[in-house]
Amino acid sequence: MQTPTLFALLLLLVLVAYGTGFSRALAAARSRGGVRNLASLPSYYGLHTALWCGLPALLLLGAWLAFDNAIIRAMVMNSIPDRPETAAGRNLLYVQIQNLAAGNLFGETTPELQAAADRLNSLRSGASLLQAALTLILALGLGAFALLRFSPELRAREKVEKVLRAVLLACACAAILTTVGILLSVLFESLRFFQTVPVTEFLFGLHWSPQMALRADQVGSSGAFGAVPLFTGTLMVSAIAMFVAVPVGLMSAIYLAEYASKRVRALAKPLLEILAGVPTVVYGFFAALTVAPFIRDLATSVGVQASSESALAAGLVMGIMIIPFVSSLSDDVINAVPQSLRDGALGLGSTRSETVRKVVIPAALPGIVGGVLLAVSRAIGETMIVVMAAGLAANLTANPLESVTTVTVQIVTLLVGDQEFDSPKTLAAFALGLMLFLSTLVLNFIALHVVKKYREQYD
Amino acid sequence: MTDLSQAQVRERIERRLTSRHRKEKLFRGLGIASIAFGVLAVVVLFTDIISKGSGAFVQSAIELRVHYDEQVLGIDKVDDESLAWANFDGVIRQALLQRFPEVSGRKEKRELYSLVSTGAPFTLRDRLKADPELLGQSETLWLAADDDVDTFVKSLDDSKNGFRGRTSDQKAGWIQQLMESGELKKRFNTTFFTNGDSREPEQAGIRAALVGSLLTLLVTLLLSFPIGVSAAIYLEEYAPKNRWTDLIEVNINNLAAVPSIVFGLLGLAIFINFFELPRSAPLVGGLVLTLMTLPTIIITSRASLKSVPPSIREAAMGMGASRMQVVFHHVLPLALPGMLTGAIIGMAQALGETAPLLMIGMVAFIVDVPGGITDPATVLPVQIYLWADSPERAFVERTSAAIMVLLAVLIAMNTSAVWLRKKLERRW
Repeated sequence: MQTPTLFALLLLLVLVAYGTGFSRALAAARSRGGVRNLASLPSYYGLHTALWCGLPALLLLGAWLAFDNAIIRAMVMNSIPDRPETAAGRNLLYVQIQNLAAGNLFGETTPELQAAADRLNSLRSGASLLQAALTLILALGLGAFALLRFSPELRAREKVEKVLRAVLLACACAAILTTVGILLSVLFESLRFFQTVPVTEFLFGLHWSPQMALRADQVGSSGAFGAVPLFTGTLMVSAIAMFVAVPVGLMSAIYLAEYASKRVRALAKPLLEILAGVPTVVYGFFAALTVAPFIRDLATSVGVQASSESALAAGLVMGIMIIPFVSSLSDDVINAVPQSLRDGALGLGSTRSETVRKVVIPAALPGIVGGVLLAVSRAIGETMIVVMAAGLAANLTANPLESVTTVTVQIVTLLVGDQEFDSPKTLAAFALGLMLFLSTLVLNFIALHVVKKYREQYD
Repeated sequence: MTDLSQAQVRERIERRLTSRHRKEKLFRGLGIASIAFGVLAVVVLFTDIISKGSGAFVQSAIELRVHYDEQVLGIDKVDDESLAWANFDGVIRQALLQRFPEVSGRKEKRELYSLVSTGAPFTLRDRLKADPELLGQSETLWLAADDDVDTFVKSLDDSKNGFRGRTSDQKAGWIQQLMESGELKKRFNTTFFTNGDSREPEQAGIRAALVGSLLTLLVTLLLSFPIGVSAAIYLEEYAPKNRWTDLIEVNINNLAAVPSIVFGLLGLAIFINFFELPRSAPLVGGLVLTLMTLPTIIITSRASLKSVPPSIREAAMGMGASRMQVVFHHVLPLALPGMLTGAIIGMAQALGETAPLLMIGMVAFIVDVPGGITDPATVLPVQIYLWADSPERAFVERTSAAIMVLLAVLIAMNTSAVWLRKKLERRW
C-alpha cells in the first residue's frame, strides 16, 4: 500500500476512534444523569481513544519509514555471495541492483544480479504489505483496547494531558536533536577524513587542491588539503564586509536612536530593513554581475590589475547585506541605555555627539561588541555571495583585488553534483563544515553571553 | 589657573566651543551619510535588478504563415505516435524560405532557420494535436524568436546598432526587414511563467521552480509551525527552571545563528545518506528548512506567549481550568496572531534560502514540473543561481526577472506579516 494512502487511512481510523470514544462517554453520561457524573468531559474520552489508536501506530510508521530502506539493503546485500570489498563498490552494485529491479537497466546481467533484483522487489512489496498490516492492526488493536478500558470513572483528561505534555517536551527537544545531528554528521565524516589526511596538514598546510584520483597512478592524484588559504580568504572577505557594515550600521543606529525625528525614523528604519529581507542569492547576482565588473573597470582605469572575481566585490556586497543586522542590534542596545545617563551628560553641558561618544557608546559597548561578533559569525558562514562572486582558486594573498576562495565556497564546490561519498574530496567538505560550525559556535556563544550579561545590567 | 581673568576663560571656552560644534555637525553628518549609504544600496540594488530584468517579460516573436503539409511532415493522420516523429522543423523551414525566397546556399539557409526558436516545432505540434483538422491546411502563427534574435531586438532600444553577439549582418538585415513590416514584434512572455527550465533561454520558465518552492514551503510550514509552537508552549508555560531547560534554550539560540550551509551538510549526511530519502526532493528540502526555521518560529512564538498577561491565566485557573485547558483554550488563541506573523517571517526566510538546498541536490537540471514531494525538483532561488551561471546573455535578463518574481513574493509575505501584526495586535 502507498504510504500517503496509509496515512489517510490512519487519520480516518483516529477520527472514528475519537467519535466512538466520545459517543461512548455520552451514552454513559445519559444513563448516569448528566455529563457532570463522568470523571472527565466526553471530548477527553474521545481524545483518549484517539491517542491510543493513533500515536503508537504513527510512531511505528515513522520508524519504519526511517529504517526500511537500510534494512532491505542489508538483506539484499547479504544474499549476494561475492560482495565487493570497498564501500564504493558495494554502493555501485546496489545502485545496479536497484536499477535492474526498477527495470531501467538494459544490457548484460548476471544471474546473481537478477536474483538479487528479484529479491529486492519481493522484499519491497512484502515490506510495504507488512508495514500497512502492522500499522493498521496496531491502530485497531490499541483503539479497541482503549474502548474496552472505558469506564465513567476513568480519569481521561489527566491521561490525555500527560501524553500531550510529553509531546510538547519532545517538540522542545527537537532543537537538541538538531544540534546533535549536526555534530554527529560533521564529526563522523571529519574523523574519517582525518584518517587519510593528518589534522596538522589540514590546519596548517598552505596548499589546497582537492583533486579526485580517478586512477591510482594519476599525476597529482594525492591532492593537497592544506586549508590555510581558505581560512585567510574567509577572513579577508569577512574583514572587508565588517569594514563596511560596522561603521555604517553603527552610525545609522546612532543617528536613528539619538538624532532622527519620529518621521525620519519611521521611514528610514524599514528602508534599511529591506536589505535584511533580500535573499543572499540576489546579493550574489548583484555582486557578480554589477559590483565586480564595476570594481574591475575602476581598478583598470587607475592602472591596477584586478580580478573579475575579486574579494573586494564579495566583501563589499556582504557588508551591505550585514548593515541592517548590525544597525538593528545596536539600535536595541542603544535604546536600552537609560535616559538618565543622557540627561546627566547633557545637563553638564556636553553636546549631543559628546554624550553619544563618551556616555552612551561606552555604556552600550558590550552589547555592540556582542552584536558585531554575531555579525562576524554571519559573514563567515555566508555562502551564496561568495559562491557567485568570489573565485575558486585558493590563493594565499593579501590583495583584495585578487580572487580568493572561502570555506563555504569549497564546501559547495566539493559537494555539489554526484560524488563518491567516501573519497577524501567529499569528506574534506565535512571537515571544513566542522571548522565552520565550531568557529561560529564559539563566536555565537561569546556574543550571546556578552549580550545577555549586558541586558541584565539595566533591567 | 588662578591668574586667568574671567574674560580669558570665556574666550578659551568660546574658542573650543566652535570646534566642538564643528565636531557635532560632523558626527551628525556621518550619521546622515550612513543612512544615505544604506538607502542608496537599496535603490541601486532594486534599479539594477529591475532595469536588467524587465526586458524578460516580453519576448520577440515572428509571424509566419505555416502550411501543415502532409508530405513535409511525413504523416498522413494525427495521432500521438505520428506526432512524435513528424517533421515540424521542415514545415518551419519551408515557411521561412517562403518568406525569404531570395535565400539560397547551405550556410545562408542555416542562418535563416536560426531566426526561429528551436522550441517552435513543439508549438506547431501542440497546435496540430489540439486541432487535427489543420493537417493539410495553412495558418498564420506567432512563433518565438531565437534568443540571439531576441537579445538583438531588445538591445536596439538602447543603441542604434544594438548588441550583435552571434548575429551576422545578413541576419540583422532580415530582422530589420521583419520589424519594419510588423512581422516581428515583442509580445508578453507567457513562456516564462508556463515552462520549466531549459537550456534555450527563450524556452526557459520559472513554473517548475515555483511549484518546487511551493511544495518545499508546504512541507516546511506543516512541520515547523506545529513543532515550533509546541516547543514554545512547553518552554514558556511548562518548563521547570532546571539545567535541561537551560540546555534547550542555549541550543535554540545557537541554532538561530548557525550558518545555513551547515544545515545542508546535516541534510546530506542524515536524510540522504543515512535515511536514504530521495535526492533533490522537496521532502528533504522541506525537512532541512524546517530545522533551519524552527529557532525563528520558537523565538517569535515565545515572545507572543509572553505578551499574554498573566491575569488571563490566573482568571482561567481560578475558574477551575487545568493547566492544559488554560493554555489551549485561553492563552494560545490570544497568542496566535503573533505566532502567525513569526511563521510568515520564517517562511519568507525559508523561501529565499539557497545554500543548504545546493547540498541536498536541488541543483539538478529539472525541466518537468514536480507532481509530489518526492519528485525531483528545484526551487526559485536555486533556479536563479543556475541561470546566473549560464553564459547566454539572454539568461541575464531572465535571472533578473526571476529575482523580481522572488522579491515580489517576499515583499508580499513580509507586508502581510506587518499588516497582520498591526491588525491583530492587542495592547493589554
